[in-house]
Amino acid sequence: MLNLTSAIALTMLALGAGLTFVRLVRGPTLPDRVISIDLIGILIVCVLVVVAGDSGQQAFLDVAMVIALISFVGTVAYARYLERERP
Amino acid sequence: MIDWIAAGLVVVGATLALLAGVGVVRMPDVFTRMQASTKASTLGLGCLLAALAIRHPDVSVVMRALSISAFMMLTTAVSAHVIARAAALTGAPLWKGTLIDERPLENRDRDDSSV
Repeated sequence: MLNLTSAIALTMLALGAGLTFVRLVRGPTLPDRVISIDLIGILIVCVLVVVAGDSGQQAFLDVAMVIALISFVGTVAYARYLERERP
Repeated sequence: MIDWIAAGLVVVGATLALLAGVGVVRMPDVFTRMQASTKASTLGLGCLLAALAIRHPDVSVVMRALSISAFMMLTTAVSAHVIARAAALTGAPLWKGTLIDERPLENRDRDDSSV
């Protein structure tokens, strides 16, 4: 059972992810979409931190760290692709 | 008292993350969108991790929160720089209120009239 602040925080994070998804669909250029995917990854990390604080399970923090690492590597790979290919 | 501080930090952090989403939708330009998302999301995640460390003052939780926070503050700046460089080199259009464009001419957007 979630307590009230965690429920409010998760609702706001979901709203932010939905807004970011709007930019991911509409984004006029490819860097816009890369920024949106990066922000969605950070918001997933935020959700995991809130859930870890609410449930007291430390395993969520490990998952958050791994997702942060993979999101960073993915963003850098996209940027290298953009610079090299000039789409 | 500790619970109230932690609850306030959680709400502030979630508000900052929501503002990052709003900034990504509302800003007019790749570069302004990027600075909105980067700054607000880093500060929001920092607030959420601080709330977590206040609520569960174990060594393992605090160390993980500190390492996630330090890692995000390092990598967010690096990835924002790399995306900004790629966007500038591929000729992303700038907002029409931009004052100075210091890119060389061959790197600018081809159809400037559409901006």
